[in-house]
Parts: sequence; C-alpha cells; structure tokens
Amino acid sequence: MISNLLVKENRSRLFMLLASLMLMGLFLFPLWKIRLEAAQYPNGVNMYIWINKITGDTPSTLQNINILNHYIGMQYIKPDSIPELKYFPFVVIIMSLLGIVVAFSKKRKLFITWGIILLVLGILGIYDFYLWEYDYGHNLSPNAPIKIPGMVYQPPLLGSKMLLNFNAISLPHTGSLFLGFAMVFNFLSFTLLWKKK
Amino acid sequence: MEKSKFKWLAYLFIMGFIVSACGDNSKQQSKGAFGDQDVASQVYVSPGEYDEFYAFMSGGFSGQVSVYGLPSGRLFKVIPVFSVDAEKAYGFNEETKPMLNTSLGFIPWDDSHHPELSQTNGVPDGRWLFINGNNTPRVARIDLTTFETAEILEIPNSGGNHSSPFITENSEYLVAGTRFSVPIPQKDVSIKSYKENFKGSLSYIKIADDGEMSVAFQILVPGYDYDLAHSGKGKSHGWTFFTTYNTEESNTLLEIGASQRDKDYIAAVNWKKAEEYIAAGKAKTMPANYAHNTYDEHSHMAKSEMLKEVKVLIPQECPGLIYYLPTPKSPHGVDVDPSGEYIVGNGKLSSDLTVHSFSKMLKAIENDDFDDEVDGIPVINFESVVAGSVKSTGLGPLHTEFDGKGNAYTTFFISSEVIKWKIGTWEVLDRVPSYYSVGHLMIPGGDSKAPFGKYLVSLNKITKDRFLPTGPELTQSAQLFDITGDKMKLLLDFPTIGEPHYAQAIPADIIMKNSVKYYKLDENKHPHKITSEDEAKVVRKGNVVRVYMSSIRSHFAPDNIEGVKVGDKVYFHLTNLEQDWDVPHGFAVMGARTSEILVMPGQTETLVWEPQNPGVYPFYCTDFCSALHQEMQGYIRVSPKNSKVELKWSVGEFDE
Repeated sequence: MISNLLVKENRSRLFMLLASLMLMGLFLFPLWKIRLEAAQYPNGVNMYIWINKITGDTPSTLQNINILNHYIGMQYIKPDSIPELKYFPFVVIIMSLLGIVVAFSKKRKLFITWGIILLVLGILGIYDFYLWEYDYGHNLSPNAPIKIPGMVYQPPLLGSKMLLNFNAISLPHTGSLFLGFAMVFNFLSFTLLWKKK
Repeated sequence: MEKSKFKWLAYLFIMGFIVSACGDNSKQQSKGAFGDQDVASQVYVSPGEYDEFYAFMSGGFSGQVSVYGLPSGRLFKVIPVFSVDAEKAYGFNEETKPMLNTSLGFIPWDDSHHPELSQTNGVPDGRWLFINGNNTPRVARIDLTTFETAEILEIPNSGGNHSSPFITENSEYLVAGTRFSVPIPQKDVSIKSYKENFKGSLSYIKIADDGEMSVAFQILVPGYDYDLAHSGKGKSHGWTFFTTYNTEESNTLLEIGASQRDKDYIAAVNWKKAEEYIAAGKAKTMPANYAHNTYDEHSHMAKSEMLKEVKVLIPQECPGLIYYLPTPKSPHGVDVDPSGEYIVGNGKLSSDLTVHSFSKMLKAIENDDFDDEVDGIPVINFESVVAGSVKSTGLGPLHTEFDGKGNAYTTFFISSEVIKWKIGTWEVLDRVPSYYSVGHLMIPGGDSKAPFGKYLVSLNKITKDRFLPTGPELTQSAQLFDITGDKMKLLLDFPTIGEPHYAQAIPADIIMKNSVKYYKLDENKHPHKITSEDEAKVVRKGNVVRVYMSSIRSHFAPDNIEGVKVGDKVYFHLTNLEQDWDVPHGFAVMGARTSEILVMPGQTETLVWEPQNPGVYPFYCTDFCSALHQEMQGYIRVSPKNSKVELKWSVGEFDE
C-alpha cells in the first residue's frame, strides 16, 4: 500500500505533508529534558521543556527546583515570564501550515526554502535555549545564601555537568525527534523522492 | 584397595563428627558459626533494600501501634492512636485533640491490644488497620495510605474492650466484646450484686465502604468476661466466636473466683441471624452517649460528635442468635482455622487444647443437643461439639495461628514455648522455647483464610537477660522464627514499643504502592490554611490572635511579629507549602505549654500559645529540614496588656 503510494508521482508531496505533520508532534512531546541527580533524590528531578510549557514529573517539580535554586540565588523559573513559550507555538503552527501549502506547489525551490527556514528556526531555538540557560546560570542574586566564587550554574546544552551536589544532565527529548523527522522528510521530498522531469 | 577403604572410613568418621557437631549446635539455638551465618543471612536486609513484610504491632500499654519490617525487625514508625504523642503533636495540636474525646471528656491514654487488618474474601487487603482501646472502650481505624489514625469510635455499654476488633471476612463488621461486665445501663449498685446487675455486651461495628465505623447493634449477654474473639470464615462465615472466663460471675479475687469451674464457654454468635432480627424490628433502641471521632485528611482536622442511642438485641427474644460451647479451663484465645471448620479454644489453665468442629456444632443445634440454658442461650453438649484435643502439649495455652499448610502454632505462656501441631490428627510436630512468657503469636495472614506464612513472630512479655540491661524496666520483645521447614527455627530477637500485645503482618507490596508521599496543597481544606507566602498575615479578634503562617525551605512567613499582648491567645496556623517527598517542617515557640507541631508537606497544623510575660520570644523549625534549617527561626514580640504596640508582621524586610 505504502510502496504503491511511494512509486506514484506524488511521493515528494506526500513526504512534504508528512514533514509538516511531524511538527505537530512538538505539542505532544517535550523538546528537551534536564535531569538533576543528587543523593537525596533517588529518582532524580526531571524538568521537561516543551514548545509551549515547562513541566516536571509532578505538578510541584518546578516549585521544588526553584526552592533548591534559591539557595544559590538563581531566579525562579516561571514559565509565564518566558515569552518564547507563548510565540514559539504560533511559529510552529505557521510553519506547519506553510509546509502544507508548499506540498501542493510545484516548485522544488519552495520545498528547499521551507527546509532551510525550519533549520534556521531550529538553530535559533537552540541558541535561545542556551541564552536562557546562560541567564539562569549566571544572573545570580548577590544575597544568595550559598556563594562560591567563580561558580556559575549554567546547565549544559547537551550532556552532563556537576553543579555543586547536583549532576545536571541535559538531553533532547521525543519532541526533538519529531523536529528531526520533519527535516528528514523535507530533505527526502526534494532530493531522492523528487520526480525527475 | 585396603588403603582406600581406610581413607573412606576416616572420611566418614570426620563427616559424622561435623554433622553431629552441627546438630548439637542447632539444638542450642544455633550458637555455632555456621548456624549463625545462615540465620544472619535470613534476616539481613541490605542497606537500601526493603523488607518483605510490614508488621503492625500493638503498643499495649503505650496505646500506640508500631510498624516494623520483617524479617529485619527494623522499626519504621510509631503511629499514635490512643495516647498523646508530643513528637507528632497528636493530641496536642488543635487538629487532633478531638480524636481523643470520649463521653468522659479528653482522655490522653489507652491500652491498645489487637491490631486487625481489613479483609476481602478472608484475606488481609491492606486498606485499614483496626485496633481496640481496652480501658475506655474504643476502636480505632488507621488509614494505611497515610499511616495515620483516621477514626476512633467509643463503644457504649462496655467495660474493658478486649475481645476486639476481630473482623469478618469481607470487613462487614468488627466486634467489640466486654472483658469486664458492668451494670448496663450504668447505675450505682453494690458490687456484691454482680450476679443480679452486671451484664456483658457484644457489639458489632459496621464498616462502611470508605471505612467509617458505626455501632450496628449490641447483644446483651450474661455478666461473664468476654475475652477474645474471631469471626468464622468460609463455611463458618456469618458466625463469631467469643471466649469467656469468669462464668462463675465472681466479683473479687478472680484469680481464684474465676478459676473454679471446669469449663467456661465459647459463645457462638450468628450475626447473619442478628441482621434478620434487626430487619424484623426486634432490636430495642437504648439511650447511650458515646463519641465518634473522625480525622479528615483534606481539612487535616478531626471532629468529635456524640452519638445518643444504640440498637440492642436480647438473646431471650432472639432464638438461634447465640449458643454456648463448653470449653475447658478459662479459655483465652479462640482461633478459627483457615477452612473455617475448626474453632480452637486455648484453655489458659490447662495443658490441652480443645478444638471444636463447626459442622458438629451446626448438627448439635439442629438436634437440640443442649445440656443447659443460660438467660435464653442454649449450652451445647460438649461431646457433641468437640472435634478433638491436642494433648499434653505444654502449660498455659493462649493463642493459635495457622500457616495455611495444615499446621497450627500455639503459644504457651507458662511453659514459655511455641508448639506446632497438625490440624485433624492433633499430633504435636515441634516445639521451641520462647524468651520469655509468650502471649500472642503472629504469622503473616495467620488468622485469615489464606495465611502468607513463611515467618512466625512470638510476642514476649518478659526479656530478663536477653538484651543489655536498662535498669528495672526492661523492654518486651518479639522473636522471629522461620516456619518454612518441618522444624521452627529461631532467627531474631528484637525489642518492641510498650507491650507488643498482638501483631499482624502483610506483604509489603500490597501496602507500599498506596503510600501517600505528601498532601496536595490544592486539596487542603483547612479553614486557616494559606496556599502561598503572599497570604501570610496576623489577625486580631478581641484577645484571639491568629497567625496565618507558612513554612518553606528555609524560612517562616511571617518571621517577625509584633503587637501581641499578655493575655492574648495566639493560634499559630502553620501551613507547610512544600510539595515534595519527605520535607516536613516543625514549629515550636518558647514557653508554649504544649508540644511542638510537626507539619507534613501540604498540611496545616495549629499550635496555641498564651504568652505570660512581656518580652521577645524566639520560634524555630524543629525538623532538620534543609541546609539552612538552623536559620529557620523568627521572633514574636509580646507587649504588656494595655500597650499600644500595633499589630504588624513581616518577612525579609532588611534594614537599609
């Protein structure tokens, strides 16, 4: 059935549609996961960064992380005060809709352009994430109870790092996989699967 | 050839020596290195690993319940039930004081004897644990998701609630029989008029689907001492058996007076018949006055209400409701085997155990095979009901439990031992000493339809030389035996809280998955809670000052309070805003004539403080909650009665 579809003329359109659809996965799964491990937390403390929200294993995880962070003078992580969580969802929806329009166009260039925009947006997103991590890790209250000269608390973008007693592990989560799929499907749609004229 | 034969002989000789040495060692309670190592590995639970069973032990005269792990014998928690507990503020904070209310007012102590797990289909289900209060007759229910006392029900028309709270196989009822008969209703009569005026009562407590208890009905019975009970199971479901002593109805020097008759009775109550009589309107309503106390885990508060009447059944008016089974020598425990057929009477002044047959009992009832009648209660012919007896066993049998493999285990107080015997053949299979004077014993699920088996715990009243001495007052103890083999094997001695009167145990996995980690703040319905630090405030109404306070690592809000005056009554309503596992905060203020409070995450508790002298008084967190726990402190200023210092409060207002 699927192979039938693939040999048809419209296989590149189909993959372009799939790429657009994949973006909806960002609303179903978190993009990134930051895990904090310490002796007193046998199950770890897990924070999930979504396209539109920040969550934890329980509704109170964020509060618990903030309580820990206040000892080192870190600002409270308040999802409401992070504007990206409000407009990134729209960017994703617009990209997805654009992708559908592109799928019905006949210009290969549009397929490529959509892919490049998505890639740029992805890189910008990661850079933005890095900036927030930098801000939380460096912009510390001068009145913090625990002040260790030279110590900053920026979690890694990828991989693990000891932050005092906590081992912080930062890794992409399922949402990023969907983003990856979107890029791969888009790439296939204008390369291997593009119908040679 | 000759040489190798000699080698063989030498080898056999050495092996025989080792084997006999090991044999000797095991007889002497395994003092040998091999034996001890083997035993140690059986009770060793590696750090960070879990025990296989929860054991709930009564505290006896401590009034509480203690929670141990088996096989390690490690103590996890003492649950305050009938006695105040300053550590946990039970009976000290405003929220839990109503739990200890009775028709006689606030009572800070009782004697807790028999923990009883709720059952479904005759097997412990891990929802609730019930326990009786002996002195001021009460029954308590402990919620096994929070391990806290959720309810206490006073039993009217009772004196000494000892034969309690034995449960029916689907937790329909638990029972509460009077150990001490009293005038019912209470009245001022001569003690010598015992035979004429004193009555016993057997109460049936209905357990609702949510666990809530109510006195469904009471049966007024002759003035004996109703000592212990067990409900039937399987074929005998629908019946309860109570032992009696003092059928002599003596009112003094009972050690002589109540030991004269050769046989006392086991009372067999057909509670399904009782339900029919109630439905038919046969019950009388008697005025009464008894407390029903419930703790709400959402408001974190207890309330006490007084109930004013009780339904009573009189045996003379209800034929078929109750029968007496003659049983030798002041029987103590009455235990029903897993099949429900055998009813074991542990005649405490005897050396033999008497076992009755349920089916023979039904037949005798059908044939009107009665010897006598007491106040409308037929006494069944002994020979027609007895199934057999376990002979020359020991001295002073008290209690029996079962392993589900056809064996029974009975404790002997006087000869200080546990005896294993076979159901049906009544032959004694094994006996081990206990150190010393064992009362109850416990096998996980051992009084249920399907015992979990594996271990036996004997609960000893006397320890003498078993542990390091601690002055004249010594601990009582529990002894753990392995019962998986043919012979019982002693594994471990461990000390207990108060008197480990009786215990019940259940596989850990039934309970641990339901254990609450913290209370949800958004489900907190306490009338004086706050849900964030912004709501912290101090309110005065006349001389009542309410401090709406929060705690979170590592500070209180407010932590500076001024404007309180001598003569005020200050209520500290402390809400723990934490929403994480194992982050309690405590609170104590200098000079409070009460205990600390210890507040779990999401919970609100109240400490009342009546300052007596002007000054500035510190308060602080009593639970080492966090890295800056020592900094978790504050001050409250007290001014003279007529001072004009205005009420104000703050947290984190640093000087410029």
